[in-house]
Amino acid sequence: MGKIRFMQGNEAMTEGAIAAGARFYAGYPITPSTEVAETSAIRLPQVGGVYIQMEDEIGSIAALIGAACAGKKAYTATSGPGLSLMAENLGVAVLGEVPCVIIDVQRSGPSTGMATRPAQGDVMQARWGTHGDHAMIALAPSSVQDCYDLMRTAFAYAQRYRTPVIFLADEIIGHLRERCVIPDPEEIPPAEQPDAIGNLQEYRPYDHTNGLAPLAAYGSKHIFKINGSMHDQMGRPCADPQNADQVIRHLSEKIEGAKDEITLTRAYRMEDASYVLIAYGGTARSALSAMELARAEGIPVGVLQLVTVWPVAEKEIDAALAQVKAVVVPELNLGQFIGEVRVRNRRNIPVVGVNRVDGKPIEPAEILEKLREVMA
Amino acid sequence: MLQDYLLEENLPHFWCAGCGSGIVLQSLLRNIDKQGWKREDTVVVTGIGCWGKADDYIKTNTFHGTHGRALAFSTGIKLANPDLHVFTLMGDGDGITIGGNHLIHAARRNIDLVAIMVNNLNYGMTGGQYSGTTPRDAITKTSPYGHIETGFDVCRVVQAAGGSFVARGTVYDVVQLNKLIEQAIAHKGFSFVEVISPCPTHFGRSNHMAAAVEMMRWIKEQTVPLARAASMSPQELEGKFVTGVFENSQREDYSTAYQRVVDRLKGEAG
Ligand code: SF4
Repeated sequence: MGKIRFMQGNEAMTEGAIAAGARFYAGYPITPSTEVAETSAIRLPQVGGVYIQMEDEIGSIAALIGAACAGKKAYTATSGPGLSLMAENLGVAVLGEVPCVIIDVQRSGPSTGMATRPAQGDVMQARWGTHGDHAMIALAPSSVQDCYDLMRTAFAYAQRYRTPVIFLADEIIGHLRERCVIPDPEEIPPAEQPDAIGNLQEYRPYDHTNGLAPLAAYGSKHIFKINGSMHDQMGRPCADPQNADQVIRHLSEKIEGAKDEITLTRAYRMEDASYVLIAYGGTARSALSAMELARAEGIPVGVLQLVTVWPVAEKEIDAALAQVKAVVVPELNLGQFIGEVRVRNRRNIPVVGVNRVDGKPIEPAEILEKLREVMA
Repeated sequence: MLQDYLLEENLPHFWCAGCGSGIVLQSLLRNIDKQGWKREDTVVVTGIGCWGKADDYIKTNTFHGTHGRALAFSTGIKLANPDLHVFTLMGDGDGITIGGNHLIHAARRNIDLVAIMVNNLNYGMTGGQYSGTTPRDAITKTSPYGHIETGFDVCRVVQAAGGSFVARGTVYDVVQLNKLIEQAIAHKGFSFVEVISPCPTHFGRSNHMAAAVEMMRWIKEQTVPLARAASMSPQELEGKFVTGVFENSQREDYSTAYQRVVDRLKGEAG
């Protein structure tokens, strides 16, 4: 049954991470994510985990990656400016194939922007913040319960695909207080463990010929190289063009090719919908309220919530586009995701955004108004 | 045996003839070999630069990340598993220039690891531009009219930041270098060894010392043992490399202090 607690989103992320087996946090405090750091500083030493406040976000993600190579499930929390500083080493986790979870509680930008105001301006930064070709996994919670539950998903994905995962929260959800069901310890399924690593001598950290190689830990029986430069299957530097081509394609393929497993969506009242609102994160709440208002007026509208923002839930978006007469995409940015819907709009139906960048959440009435516009 | 730690399949190494990096690597591996540790319990973390290639030739666990961040990666590794023996190999670009922030904080926290900064006074790998340790008046590719900045005295920085073992040697005096690395390994806490090392290809060529022997002779001439430095004036010491152990003190390292907190909480809960 579990117990019901009244919690803040940021705190629920910490509890969710610890329940998922995370035992290492390195971060640099930044509004509006500081409660993740503060609650982690209290909780991690209690469970024998490590909390360290680093000198900056560059060092924070570096420490995460190091800890993950030494066998810990590791996470950090930041906001847009911090994610910008992490961008280079995010690439080390990508090419080095080191699992870790980066919470980004988005705030208004660019630059220092408005530190306490919500935004969803990091959608593209999450996808393309680090240079070079790669795929990325980003999950967007829309409730405190999501903050808790999806943290397990984030760590499972990080482990399963040997990749950094961005937990793309926003100020609305990070500072939201609502009920959260914390399962009893015996109800929590054991955290996903990497498959046993075979023969000692033959461990190749980057040999994915028989499925993704699990990551061993420094200090285990294995001796291995982790390399943020282009490498061969042993982790040795390698500038062979064919190898580079294979490695870079693999980085995208391992995630894009597992889309069916990774993309989580929620469909609300889509059975009879002639219109759809496609939304994610805190804005999904406004979309759901807008749907209720519209339904009360007899407008057949549904919501497709993207819990996984990256990779793109192509199938679900395609299905919605095939079904409806128009799509509204509310976003707390000037339209960072809507392009992904537009490129699949083969029937050329109206796909319009509702966008705010004034540091205020989108009101359901604004979405309803836009819906009426496209219906007219 | 050195062969137990030297990864020969990647030889011949990448360094130019007359480069000091190979000498430091030998000294390091011989010292690690003497410890009698299990190879799997050692992690060598490197930065990016000529010296940052060292992990290619080492048979322990290795981590090769980004320019300047080796100490931050190392901090995560050491804190996650304090039983590991962590070595952080950085150049002067890594260590004090782009990564200076990590250096002072790792020293302040007294993270128990051995950091070896090979200081060749310029950026070798990118073709000889100036770094945070390039001496005043030196010619580099980006100070073609003579360098107008003053280079860091890195050992003083690390000492002031709280490093509990701080030493400087040169590749000219390998006997001393071996001894300094040995002491650094024996020391519990943040152990920092700066090694002045020749880059004849770039720093040498730009400053009338293109031949390896000329660079080596210059390093020898510029070197002043700590004991002798005590009786020299600041003017006399300008541009000199003072060698020896500047700091060797006992101070609780980070992981030990952290474990005390964990144990205390366990006690309170139990
Ligand atoms: S460029 Fe300089 S530092 Fe680099 S390998 Fe050659 S001599 Fe050594």
